[in-house]
Amino acid sequence: MNLTLTVNGVEHSLDVPANTLLTDLLRTQLRLTGTHVGCDTSQCGACTVHLDGRSVKACTVLAAQAGGRTVTTIEGIGSPDDLHPMQAAFRDCHALQCGFCTPGMILRAIELVEDGGALDNRTVREGLEGNICRCTGYHNIVKAVLAASDTMQEQSQ
Amino acid sequence: MSAETGIGAAVKRREDLRFITGRGTYTDDLNVPGQTYGVFLRSPYARAKINAIDAADALQVDGALAVFTGQDAAVDGLGDLPCGWLVKSKDGSDMVSAPHPPLAVSQVNYVGEPYGLVVAESLAAAREAAELVAADFEELTPVVAAAEAAKASPIHEGLEANLAYDWELGDEAATDAALAAAAHVTRLDLTNNRLIPNAIEPRAALATFDPTSGEYELRTTSQNPHLERLVLSAFVQIAPEHKLRVVAPDVGGGFGSKIFVYAEETVVTWAAAKVGRPIKWTAERSESFLADAHARDHVTHAELGLDEAGRFTALKVRTTANLGAYLSLFGSSVPTFLYGTLLAGQYKTPNIHVQTHGVYTNTTPVDAYRGAGRPEATFVVERIVEAAARETGRDPAELRRLNMIEPGDFPYETPVALVYDTGNYQASLDRALQLVDYGGFKQRRAASEAEGKRRGIGFSCYIEACGLAPSQLAIQLGAGVGLYESGEIRINPTGSVTVFTGSHSHGQGHETTFAQVVSDKLGVPFDDVEVVHGDTGRVEFGLGTYGSRSLAVGGSALISAADKIIAKGTRIAAHMMQAEPDNVAFEEGAFISGNQRLTLQEVAFASYVPADYPPDLEPGLSEKAFYDPENFTYPAGAHIAEVEVDEATGVVQLVNFVAVDDFGHVINPMIVDGQVHGGLAQGAGQALLEHGIYDADGQLTTGSYMDYCMPRADDVPDFTVDTTVTPCTHNPLGAKGCGEAGAIGSPAAIINAVTDAVGTEDIAMPATPEQVWRKLHGL
Repeated sequence: MNLTLTVNGVEHSLDVPANTLLTDLLRTQLRLTGTHVGCDTSQCGACTVHLDGRSVKACTVLAAQAGGRTVTTIEGIGSPDDLHPMQAAFRDCHALQCGFCTPGMILRAIELVEDGGALDNRTVREGLEGNICRCTGYHNIVKAVLAASDTMQEQSQ
Repeated sequence: MSAETGIGAAVKRREDLRFITGRGTYTDDLNVPGQTYGVFLRSPYARAKINAIDAADALQVDGALAVFTGQDAAVDGLGDLPCGWLVKSKDGSDMVSAPHPPLAVSQVNYVGEPYGLVVAESLAAAREAAELVAADFEELTPVVAAAEAAKASPIHEGLEANLAYDWELGDEAATDAALAAAAHVTRLDLTNNRLIPNAIEPRAALATFDPTSGEYELRTTSQNPHLERLVLSAFVQIAPEHKLRVVAPDVGGGFGSKIFVYAEETVVTWAAAKVGRPIKWTAERSESFLADAHARDHVTHAELGLDEAGRFTALKVRTTANLGAYLSLFGSSVPTFLYGTLLAGQYKTPNIHVQTHGVYTNTTPVDAYRGAGRPEATFVVERIVEAAARETGRDPAELRRLNMIEPGDFPYETPVALVYDTGNYQASLDRALQLVDYGGFKQRRAASEAEGKRRGIGFSCYIEACGLAPSQLAIQLGAGVGLYESGEIRINPTGSVTVFTGSHSHGQGHETTFAQVVSDKLGVPFDDVEVVHGDTGRVEFGLGTYGSRSLAVGGSALISAADKIIAKGTRIAAHMMQAEPDNVAFEEGAFISGNQRLTLQEVAFASYVPADYPPDLEPGLSEKAFYDPENFTYPAGAHIAEVEVDEATGVVQLVNFVAVDDFGHVINPMIVDGQVHGGLAQGAGQALLEHGIYDADGQLTTGSYMDYCMPRADDVPDFTVDTTVTPCTHNPLGAKGCGEAGAIGSPAAIINAVTDAVGTEDIAMPATPEQVWRKLHGL
C-alpha cells in the first residue's frame, strides 16, 4: 500500500506491505535504527516514538496507522550539537548505561513533562512504568527526568 | 593530573552522545548487501525424540533458501558446544558431560532447544517457511524439578544418571563435630529462585563468509568476542582464528547472559558459508526467555553452629543446583567454585563444609548471571546468620560484628580455599547503620503500624571474589582458559593515544573509565585518548567482561602497558636530552632531567621520526601487556533493607535501601554508583518479583514480560549508596570491581526485612503478595 507520513520533519511517500509495523518502517525502510525492539508483547517500551506528539509503542502500531500523521523518533528530537534538554539530562545524570532502552525512555519522559502535570519522584516513577530498563535501577533516570522537567519549564517561560 | 578527568573524577560518559541521539550501533542495526534472514526451529517439548524432519513444503515458500538440521551440521563435522570448566566430583572423577550439539540431532531436551535453521530472502519468508517444516517428535517423560532429578531416570541417552557431579569443599568431619558440640544450631531450608537475565537488547548475530579468502565475519551480541572466536575455532571448528573475525558492536546489556557461546550465532556463522550469503538472526523476546541461559535455581539445606557467646563454630551446606539440560560454557563452575568458596562470608567461621549436587533437568541451561554463585552464597550465609540472631535473641548487626574478620586479620585464609587480601567490614557496617538511622527504626516501625503496615529491617554483609582470575589457580580448579586480560597502548606519531583492551563494555562505560586511567597515568589530555574494544580484528586478544573483572584486570593490563611506554620513552628522552635514563623522571606527561623537559608527545614524534634516536632501540611507541592477577579481589559491603508489608494485601514495598560497598579505589564514582543502582534493582527483582517457572511438563510458564515480572520504575525506591575504601593490595589500581555487588548483597537483605516484618523465616523468593498474604494469615 502507498503511505505518506512525516518522520522527523521530512515527508516520505512509501510503498509498504499492509501488515508493516511502524518499527519495521522506521528501522528497515528509513534506516532510523535509534528506535529499538526489546520485546514482542508491547511491554518494554524500547520502541517508544511520538505519533502526533503522543508517545506510542511503535511495535504495536501499523505503519498504515501513521499515514498522514507526524512521527518523531529519537533522531528527530535533538542532535549531538544541539541536544534536547531531556537528552542532556540523561547524560548529565548518568541515566543510561547500555543505551538500548534510552531512546524509548527519553521519548516517554518528554511526553511526561509536556503533559504538564506536577512531577515528583513518585509520579515520574509511575509515568515510566511502561518502559523497562535493566541497567540503571531507574534511580538516575528519575533524577534526569526531574532535572529536564525544570529546564524544559524554564525554556517554555 | 586533571581533577576534572583523572582517576576519581565523575567524568560524564563519552559513549552517551551516540546513545541519547539514537546513533548507537547494535547488532540488529547492521545490514549488509545480499543479507538473508534466519529463523530457528525450536522444540515445543521438554524431552522428545526427533524421528524425522520434513522441509519439503517449507522450501516451496517464495524466498525460502535452505533448511538446515542437526544432521546437516553433524555431517559437516560441526563440533559440540563445550563447557569451559571441568568440575570433579568428591571421589575424584570428572563431571559427567552430556554432548551438546549446536542443533539437536536425535533428541531435544528443553523447550526452545534449536533443532533447525530456516534461511530465506526476508524475515517474513523465513517465518512462513519455519511454520511449514514438519517435525515428527516422539514425546518422552521430562525431568523438571531439580530436587528429584538425581533419582529420576537419566534424560540423556548414554548417561547413567542426571547427576553431573557431586562436589564438595571443606572439612566435613570437623564441621560435623563442631556442629555436634555447638551450643546452638540454626537450621534453614532455602531456595534460590530461577532467574532469566533479560538484557533489554535481545541476542542477535549477523554472519558473512567471503569464499575468495575463506574468511568469516560474525557480528554478535557478545561480552567477550575473543572467547567467542576461540570456541568457534577450537571447539566447534568452523574456521581457524585467522579466518574468523568476531565483532561485538554496541551491546545492549549482558549481565552474564552474553558471555556464553550459544547455538544460534554458531549455526548462523556455519550456515553463511553453506548459503553463500550473509545471514542475520535476531531473537524475539520469547526466544530470549527460552534460549538465553537462565540463572540461580538452587535448593539448599544449611546448618550454622554457634557457641554460648554467639561465635560461629561451623557452617554445613547441602545444595542441589539445577544445571539445565546441558552444561553451558561456565555453568559447571557457578554452583561450585563461585559459590562454595564464598561461604565464609565476612566471618571467622572456623569449620565449613559444602556439598553441591549439580543435576541435569529438561530445562534451559543455567549459567552465570550478575553475581554468579556469589548471590547464592550470600543468600545462604546472610539468611542463616539473620535467623540465628533471631533464634538466640541477639541484635543481627551485633551478631555479625562479633563474628567479622577484623582489619588486623588480613591476609585471611578461609576454610573454603580463598585468601582475602584486605577489607574493613566493620567500617561498611558502621556507615550503613548510620545512613539507615538504625536507632530510629523502632519509631519508623511504629509509624508504619499506625498505617496498617508491618515494617521490617534486614541486613546483608556480603563478600564476593571478583577480578577473575589468577590463571594458574583457575586452571588448577578446572578452568579451560587463562583469565588474564590484555591491553595495548599506541602513542600515535602526533601524540594522540589509541588504547586497545580485551575487555568489553556493554553498558559499563569503558570508553570513559579506561580513558581516565590512561590519561591519568600518562599525563595526556583525556580527549586525546580513544578506547577500542570488542573486535578481534583490532584487538589482539582478550577474555572479556564478567565477574566484575574489567577494571581490576583489564585496567591493570593498561597500567602495565603504560609502564612499558614510560620505560621506552625514558630511554628515548634520555638520548635526546643527553642524560642517563636513571636520571630521567616521568611526571605529568613529561620526561624531565634537570631543567630539561620533553613531553610524551615530543618523544612519541621522535620515536616515529627517529633522527636523534638511540641506535639500539626500535622506532615507534606502542606497547602491549597481558596482566594476570595474583589473587581474586574481594569487594565487600553492608546492605540494609527496610520494607513495609501491607497486611490486607500482602504487598511488600521496598521503602529504603542503604548500600555501603568497598570497591577499593574508584575511578569514576558516577559510573560506580550507577552500577550499584542497577545491581540493587536486579536483586530487588529476585527477592520480590522475578521467577522463572516451569510446569510439570517442562513448559516455561513465564516466557514473556506479561508473565515474568521485571522490576519497573515504581517497584524500587531511590537507593542510598556510599563507599568505604580499602585498596586491593595486589593490583596497581587498588581496584576491586563493582559490577555485581548490588545483585549479590541485596536479595538476602530484602528477604531478611520481609521475614522480620512477617515474623516467619519461611518466605521464599520472590516474596509475592500471595505468598506473603498466606504467611500473614497462617495459611
